[in-house]
Amino acid sequence: MPESVVVRVNGNPVTVPAGSTVAVAVLLSAGVCRTSTSGEPRGPLCGMGICFECRVEIDGRAHRRSCQIVCQPNMEISTRG
Amino acid sequence: MTTSADVLVVGAGIVGAACAWELAKTGLKVSVVDGSFPGAGATGAAMGHIVVMDDSEAQFSLSRYSQTLWDELSEDLPSNVEFERCGTIWVAGDDQEFAEVGRKAGYYHERAVPAEILQARALREAEPNLKEGFAGGLLIPGDSVVYPPAAAAFLLQKAVESGATLHLGKAVIQLRHGSARLADGTVMNAHKLINAAGQLAAKLSPGIPVKPRKGHLVITDRYPGFLHHQLVELGYLKSAHSLSSDSVAFNLQPRRTGQVLIGSSRQYDVEHDRVEPVILSQMLNRAFDYMPGLRRLSSIRAWTGFRPATPDKLPLIGPSQEDPTLYLATGHEGLGITTSLATARLLRAQLLNEAAPIPVDAYLPWRPIMRESQVEEGHA
Amino acid sequence: MGSVIERKCGVAVVGAGPAGIAAAVSAAESGADVVLFDDNPAAGGQIWRGGAKASHHPEAALWLARLSNSSVTLFGGSRVFHADGGLLQAESDDSLYHFRFRSLILASGARELFLPFPGWTLPNVVGAGGLQALVKSGLSISGKRVVVAGTGPLLLAVAAYLSERGASVLCICEQASIWRLGAFALATVVFPEKLLEAARLRFAAGRARYLTNAWPVAALGRECLQAVRISQNGCIREVECDYLACGFHLVPNLELARALNCRIHGGFVAVDHLQQTTCPGVFCAGEPTGIGGMELSIVEGQIAGYAATQREEAAKRLFASRARYKKIVPAMREAFQLRAELADLAKPETLLCRCEDVSLARVRNHHSWRAAKLHTRCGMGPCQGRVCGAAVEFLFGWAVESSRPPVFPVTCSSLANVFRPEDGE
Repeated sequence: MPESVVVRVNGNPVTVPAGSTVAVAVLLSAGVCRTSTSGEPRGPLCGMGICFECRVEIDGRAHRRSCQIVCQPNMEISTRG
Repeated sequence: MTTSADVLVVGAGIVGAACAWELAKTGLKVSVVDGSFPGAGATGAAMGHIVVMDDSEAQFSLSRYSQTLWDELSEDLPSNVEFERCGTIWVAGDDQEFAEVGRKAGYYHERAVPAEILQARALREAEPNLKEGFAGGLLIPGDSVVYPPAAAAFLLQKAVESGATLHLGKAVIQLRHGSARLADGTVMNAHKLINAAGQLAAKLSPGIPVKPRKGHLVITDRYPGFLHHQLVELGYLKSAHSLSSDSVAFNLQPRRTGQVLIGSSRQYDVEHDRVEPVILSQMLNRAFDYMPGLRRLSSIRAWTGFRPATPDKLPLIGPSQEDPTLYLATGHEGLGITTSLATARLLRAQLLNEAAPIPVDAYLPWRPIMRESQVEEGHA
Repeated sequence: MGSVIERKCGVAVVGAGPAGIAAAVSAAESGADVVLFDDNPAAGGQIWRGGAKASHHPEAALWLARLSNSSVTLFGGSRVFHADGGLLQAESDDSLYHFRFRSLILASGARELFLPFPGWTLPNVVGAGGLQALVKSGLSISGKRVVVAGTGPLLLAVAAYLSERGASVLCICEQASIWRLGAFALATVVFPEKLLEAARLRFAAGRARYLTNAWPVAALGRECLQAVRISQNGCIREVECDYLACGFHLVPNLELARALNCRIHGGFVAVDHLQQTTCPGVFCAGEPTGIGGMELSIVEGQIAGYAATQREEAAKRLFASRARYKKIVPAMREAFQLRAELADLAKPETLLCRCEDVSLARVRNHHSWRAAKLHTRCGMGPCQGRVCGAAVEFLFGWAVESSRPPVFPVTCSSLANVFRPEDGE
């Protein structure tokens, strides 16, 4: 079982401990998960999948709650849009 | 306690709001009364599609006239009304429907409504997420969408600026002979009463053939660019036509937020407002037939609403036959948002004995089919 | 979309926290076919997130082991979005589930209450449980300065957990007064295990100062949090920090119970002595029936699991234990009541709805949740009022009730799938 996983956030490779959620990878690199409807930078709030502030695009699918998704090798994560 | 006005409008939905502003503009003292808040009824559930319809000459006349009024107003609408002239595309599933497209195009061209026939390829370019294989469609670039509650609030605000008074949270339980009795016991008097109470219109004016026609809608999360025009299947008219059976039809709307609004369904004789999984399923599956990509979009809410429907699919606009103080402005079925502004103009013309901008006979509350319906006491 | 899995089961349990795990394990004891659903990737809910190794509670190891040794089938990463008349529907990333059940046990737990204040939307302002969840999910907190704030027993637990993982917890700001906390401590004297736990936590929280009558009045920073302005006993001061972990205790997750038309009383699901709701065949255990903590959730879960499998005698044997732990419920409610000042923290321009960026001022123009929603879009985003709705109930006293499908956002494809009952059933 590998100790760490590499994913890509906005094109940049990010290494996280195995079992980490996508939110953690995003916070480590981009620092912010999304931009709100009025342009504010936002990160996770509830950490348990109900607030939707941690939404990112993963492998082309939008609106994924990153705090509930475990990093898989080579995931493509985007915080833009 | 009594209060007195020239005109009392019952109902602060889109129709009541439009009438209130139109009448207040003329200098009449207008009061608007509603049991809840503006747009709490059908207006709050509605799609907000401003569309020219060719179901009948009378329907065309009213919807076309009202559309031009919305266009004139559009520059003044605040951004929360979300007015977008995105146009409608009537989608033809097969060659038979494509022939219908030709007929419709001719009908609109004769009446100076811009309409463009789209061949299969042009249709796909206009809406890349449509399934392959559709014969084509008809683009009506002049159609628009709005967010109905905000539109109603805007019209009411204009009415208030023109001197109207609002009485919200006051349910009317009786309406006749210049008097509205409220649930709290008070009475409001006016020279003229306007019943614009939508779903509740028939309760206040017993005998008018306005019945609730339930509809379902689903809204997705934000997917900007997924959809560009309001898309309606040509079979929509068959669905809206049918007076007695339940039906669904493909009807899709892009909202300014990037959300996709998915409709539509029609049911008679259902009184509860619960979302019905079977109807929802039929409606969504119909939509997937046209746009398979919808399947993967995240849906965040489903809801229902009740359209006030009449036997001939035309609204009641004009004086009551029994009560000289009472006017009706209701029964707009699925065209309430579209025809609200025209309704207000026609009502004003009738109240003030002015020349009407379009012929009013087809919408009079006591037109022959309405009398028959009242006698038979049932829907056709 | 992926596969559609249609199955029948004896007992379906929604929520794999302490209550759900206890319910599922207890129901499975009698040989019933039990399935357990949770949105999180693994079992444990919030309090046992990360499994036994991430929790000091011996109950975590015990119950998680019992779960994996049982015949219960766990569906993690699965959101239940519809339940009606014996049918449950859930969606995961690659499957849609239709389950016919004989009994349903709702153990959907609670979520933190978030109240708006200036700067609360800044990145690195997180829930108290929220920050703990993120750290359990791999976020490094070592060397980071954290202010923990809000109200409730969770604050101390979070402070201790973060300290143990290398955070510098600067202070814990509890809005309750020392008197209320004292009364709560007295009420918990009958639970020596809880007192021991509190002492352990206090020790683990290290040098963090525990302040009462204290709450955040603003989070400061441009692109992310830089400092927190705190009011304590009327004095204002600013504390520089990297994270603000702030939550104002818990609100129950009632959405599924509402969708099923279970009776809700006083803001919680009404249940009888066997944890049965007003819907026949539907049980409820844990926080949705009253916020009372882990031990109560476990006992209630066991009772529901036994009751759902017609083992009333086994259930009855736990009544005394439940009665004992239930005393915590009113004590907690009393102790951690929200003070009036918290309703005035937000300024007119402070955002109330974070999904749609709607300010407090705009929402305040209306007189009901539904009016505010239709006219400002507050509550129309994907969280469907889970964050702003609870705040609005406290700020304005509005009832936030409308329950419409789907109970949780799902793909249109899942929403469109209706299980057609086989003929003859």
